[in-house]
Amino acid sequence: MADLLQFLVSGITVGAVYALLALGFTIIFNASDVVNFAQGEFVMLGGMITVFALAAGLPLGLAALIAIVLTAGIGVLLNKLAIEPARGAPVVSLIIITIGASIFIQGVAQIVFDKQIHRYPGISGDAPLRFAGATILPQSLWVIFGATAVFVALWLFFTRTLTGRAVLATANNRLAAALVGINTRYIMTLSFGLSAAIGALAGLLITPITLTSYDVGIPLALKGFAAAMLGGLGNPFGALVGGLLLGVLEALTAGYISSQYKDAVAFIVIIGVLFVMPQGLFGRKSTERV
Amino acid sequence: MKTMFKTTALTAVLALGAGVAAAEIRIGATVSETGGASFLGDPAAKTLRMLVEEINAAGGVLGQPINLILYDDGGDPNRARTFASRLIEDDEVIAVVGGSTTGTSMAIIPVFEEEEIPFISLAGGIEIVRPTKPFAFKTPHTDRMACEKIFADIQARGLRRVGMISGTDGFGASMRAQCLDVVGDYDIEIVADESYGPSDADMTPQLTNIRGTAGLEAVVNPGFGQGPAIVTRNYAQLGIEVPLYQSHGVASDAFIQLAGAENAEGVRLPGTALLIAGILAEDDPQYAVVQAYKTAFEAEFGQPVSTFGGYAHDALRILVDAIERAGSTEGVAIRDAIRATENFAGTTGIVTMGEDDHLGLDLAAFRMLEIRDGGWSQID
Repeated sequence: MADLLQFLVSGITVGAVYALLALGFTIIFNASDVVNFAQGEFVMLGGMITVFALAAGLPLGLAALIAIVLTAGIGVLLNKLAIEPARGAPVVSLIIITIGASIFIQGVAQIVFDKQIHRYPGISGDAPLRFAGATILPQSLWVIFGATAVFVALWLFFTRTLTGRAVLATANNRLAAALVGINTRYIMTLSFGLSAAIGALAGLLITPITLTSYDVGIPLALKGFAAAMLGGLGNPFGALVGGLLLGVLEALTAGYISSQYKDAVAFIVIIGVLFVMPQGLFGRKSTERV
Repeated sequence: MKTMFKTTALTAVLALGAGVAAAEIRIGATVSETGGASFLGDPAAKTLRMLVEEINAAGGVLGQPINLILYDDGGDPNRARTFASRLIEDDEVIAVVGGSTTGTSMAIIPVFEEEEIPFISLAGGIEIVRPTKPFAFKTPHTDRMACEKIFADIQARGLRRVGMISGTDGFGASMRAQCLDVVGDYDIEIVADESYGPSDADMTPQLTNIRGTAGLEAVVNPGFGQGPAIVTRNYAQLGIEVPLYQSHGVASDAFIQLAGAENAEGVRLPGTALLIAGILAEDDPQYAVVQAYKTAFEAEFGQPVSTFGGYAHDALRILVDAIERAGSTEGVAIRDAIRATENFAGTTGIVTMGEDDHLGLDLAAFRMLEIRDGGWSQID
């Protein structure tokens, strides 16, 4: 019983990491149908900038703020320099541009920062909390809190604010959105900035658990993308549930079946779900009007 | 007439080229300075460049300066192979250092065997020197030796039942296989065999299962990168009391920082003299070489030395030493001189090569270290 509880705690910890990543995919996808594969680099930047700001002697709060603002700026630049000039290109081309951007950011990070692995202490220290025979790190609670807070904020943004609805309208039909007075270029810039900020927040929250280095972005992004697909791309609730589900599945497989098949089992379940529900668990049904 | 002029010019250029080649010792290198194996190749390239400068300032080899021709293969065996051919055919080197990974090394060994050019690899895989190939050497100890060192220490502590948790990265997978292969030589039983992915964030499920294994007496964690640091943190988080062994793959001060000194307390691992330069006895045969390399590297680059840079240091030093003793730049002569290397103090260990031993290290090259109060201390 204590074992099961430990597996679940582990699954939720890892799942919350995946959920934070999956949430980052949501905004850009909603604004442009583009899956931004540079999302993992935003996470890496959030962690690495925080590491180096802390090393420069800044307090954690200020370091975190700098990391989020700088990364958001890089997100906006990515849109301005790479995505916007290719406006009108098919979605697939834009996705490939984001893969290129990811490789580029990684290469620059390798020179600007270094090739070492880094970590800083958790926000509330590193002493594990014990309950009913299981243990959890206080930082895991921060990650879970962060994932939930980002989810709530995104949900309110998309359903309650005019700007959020404008983002959805832009994705739905860019021309029509422009015709009703939505500044679609501004919406794209905003969505990249926000996504990058969410990525940076994820990065600075998860670094005490996962550690960080210039090359953590791609594997993280792939897991986050898988979680987002499972939950339904574009739906913040789907991202949250998909992430947690993927994490718990992995932990239970590692605990009860075999750690060798941990990733295999998780991906078989994802394939199975997508086979029956191609839009994911909570994805919007795509209806094309011809 | 025109053809004749061309031929004459060509001959003149070739003769000039030969003249230049005779005035310097050309040593080639292909390392993974960038790419996934850059943690190996980057310190190696830095070390090679620094040492060549140092040797040339001191008068070079056989009275001639060394010309180091270094290529970055990015860890790609295909590119390494291209560079190996280029080193021999275009650059006309007399010996080659490099191959940061076992993959790149194995890909280029046939080139050197065919051309009879001595080659000293910087990669861990045992297949590089076993079976012995006439012109291939290597400086790093093998992961099999690391397993042997760990198992010998476990046995000496009177422990038998060992749990393993290995990374699925190349390093972890290879060392796990070697450990399972060699465990039969010891009175040790592997009672748990778990694994984790190189980018996993939490290993508590695997460790919970290991903790639950009846009669568990020690745990071994072959792995590289952040995985072992996370395993060590999770190990402390779950309050597992039996001794934890890490591998030489994480033997660096950075590991203690990443794992946290309080979590890493009591962790043992096989490491080299380079790692414990600070606590090395002054009469230690490796004291002088380790101090000299560490001081020079850290002053030049402002970053801590790594074991991997040490491999390159030893390779170049052994090569230069062999060329001096051979008194020749001819491949077979240099090879014979490398083979005759005896009691050579390197950063990795005391090297004594032989006809059938192209590594020249024994288990004494590894020192069993324990982390105490956030620092290293030597057990044996």
